[in-house]
Amino acid sequence: MISIVAIPPVNRSLVTNVKTDLALVFPETIRSYGNIDVHADMVFDPSRKQFNASLLLAIVLDQTPGIEGKILAVTGVDLFIPVLTYVIGEAQLNGRASVMSTFRLHEELYGLPANPHLLRERVLKEAVHELGHTFGLIHCRDPLCVMRPSAAVEEIDIKGISFCEECRSQRMANSA
Amino acid sequence: MNRKEKNKQSVMVVDDELVVRESLAQWFAEDGYRVGCASNATEALRVMKEGPWDVILLDIKMPGMSGLELQKHLKQVDPSSIVIMITAFASVDSAVQALKEGAFDYVTKPVDPDHLSQLVRNALRQRTLSEENLRLREHITELVKGGELVGDSPQMKKVIELATSVARADTTVMIRGESGTGKELIARLIHANSDRRYFPIVPVNCGAVPESLLESELFGHERGAFTGAQYRRKGKFEMANGGTIFLDEVGTISAQMQVQLLRVLETKQFTRIGGNEAITSDFRVVCATNRDLEAAMKVGDFREDLYYRLNVFTISIPPLRERRSDIPPLAEHFVQKYAVMMNKPVVEISPDAMDLLVRYHWPGNVRELENVIERALVLTSGKSIAKEDIPFQIAQSSLKPSSELLTDMEKIHIESVLVKHNWNITHSAEALGIDRVTLYNKINRYGLKRP
Repeated sequence: MISIVAIPPVNRSLVTNVKTDLALVFPETIRSYGNIDVHADMVFDPSRKQFNASLLLAIVLDQTPGIEGKILAVTGVDLFIPVLTYVIGEAQLNGRASVMSTFRLHEELYGLPANPHLLRERVLKEAVHELGHTFGLIHCRDPLCVMRPSAAVEEIDIKGISFCEECRSQRMANSA
Repeated sequence: MNRKEKNKQSVMVVDDELVVRESLAQWFAEDGYRVGCASNATEALRVMKEGPWDVILLDIKMPGMSGLELQKHLKQVDPSSIVIMITAFASVDSAVQALKEGAFDYVTKPVDPDHLSQLVRNALRQRTLSEENLRLREHITELVKGGELVGDSPQMKKVIELATSVARADTTVMIRGESGTGKELIARLIHANSDRRYFPIVPVNCGAVPESLLESELFGHERGAFTGAQYRRKGKFEMANGGTIFLDEVGTISAQMQVQLLRVLETKQFTRIGGNEAITSDFRVVCATNRDLEAAMKVGDFREDLYYRLNVFTISIPPLRERRSDIPPLAEHFVQKYAVMMNKPVVEISPDAMDLLVRYHWPGNVRELENVIERALVLTSGKSIAKEDIPFQIAQSSLKPSSELLTDMEKIHIESVLVKHNWNITHSAEALGIDRVTLYNKINRYGLKRP
């Protein structure tokens, strides 16, 4: 079971779409959990205008007791961890929760015309990637595998939406 | 395949802030690295023991010992680990200092994740490359050292000792010896033991190249320098840049070439034939001759100034007949070599045949011995090389000594018997029909040396 949690502010349609699209990759049941409202002062860093991804993960875990399976929280605000300028997503390796941001995936941020189709694809890839971590997968060097690390959107666009052979069998082994 | 590779790579994070340690640890763990953390210098040095750590991320500002100071200590423990300094405060001074002390790079918090992963990847690649470089250098040293120098005689041991001792310096070496005694092998040994071993050794047989082409061979030529010169050619001096040039049969070169050679040796500069550009080359000179240069100098055939420039350090290789105890190991070595080449079984040399070989005076030295063995292997069909497989002239000559002096004949005979019996004094004396004391006296008198 995979639960999708929305953390406002976030584009509703992006969340709905990713719930549908994840079925392409994951055999598990995917459901919508609803919203979690987060108090800004708990996770928001005004100087950086970003959510602290690690703190956000802690909140998500805290506010979803007793949910079985994996959780993916989606937000529209930029994320960071203290030592880095930004992260697109953060997950517990072989854990329960993951969080991702759609902020950096918009073409407009880079001065280019909006591309909804591309945006939807990028959101899906990042969602699969972070969920992959919760299933115990680490980064993969295969350029087409979705577990390949990608800090830049151009790199996200190159990789595929699914796992490579090795990652897939690793996931099966981990679930067993 | 990649996963396993990555799993071997390790990162240590040293930062006083817990949140930094935890986020970086998590970040690297996702990439499959083995991660270690430390909050201060003392802890870091302890964690070092759990290494090796491929990359160390070090915060500059920490309570207690600073990152800059710690870096020095960490490098002492493991000089090959790559250190990347991170800090919240960009300071040019500390950056420069860190890099001077050997840090790979310097980044400021917050770090762009793309930049950081690129950095770590490059750092690891550098480490792999320098390890590979070290391995390859060792490999080359192995390859180059494995020469064909066979021979346990005290004379050869002395030659090899001299060659190895002069190898390290850039001194010009002159190798003297009859044709076929292994002068090129010694030259290669010198090169292999020198600091120039990773660069080429360029041999030039001055005696084999026609006079008219020797200049072009040594200095190269430009396009159209003479009829037939369609392309630019680099000369041997240019190709030896960084390495060694081996001038074989240097005694054969003409008076005009001698002048040119002298100038190049003194200035390390020359121009290609038909060219204008002065070319500089950093080479070491090893030369060889089988001629009597001193005599040539006296009659004016060899320039005195060139002689003194070349004759700085001399190594003389004695002819094979002066070290007969080298003959059996050499003969066996060549049997092995050619048997393998011809895809034939390695055979023994019959005692009769070996006796002939040991007694012969070998005007062609080792090269001649090699030819004889090669020929014998082609001819022999049996399990060993017999007397009949040795060329007639040698057989004849072995029995009829080259000198008429009784003492020479006795010397050769005694040496041959000693070699045959592996220098066992009792057996040799018995074979010669004399007592041990007499044998010892004769060994002394003829200056025979035990290998």
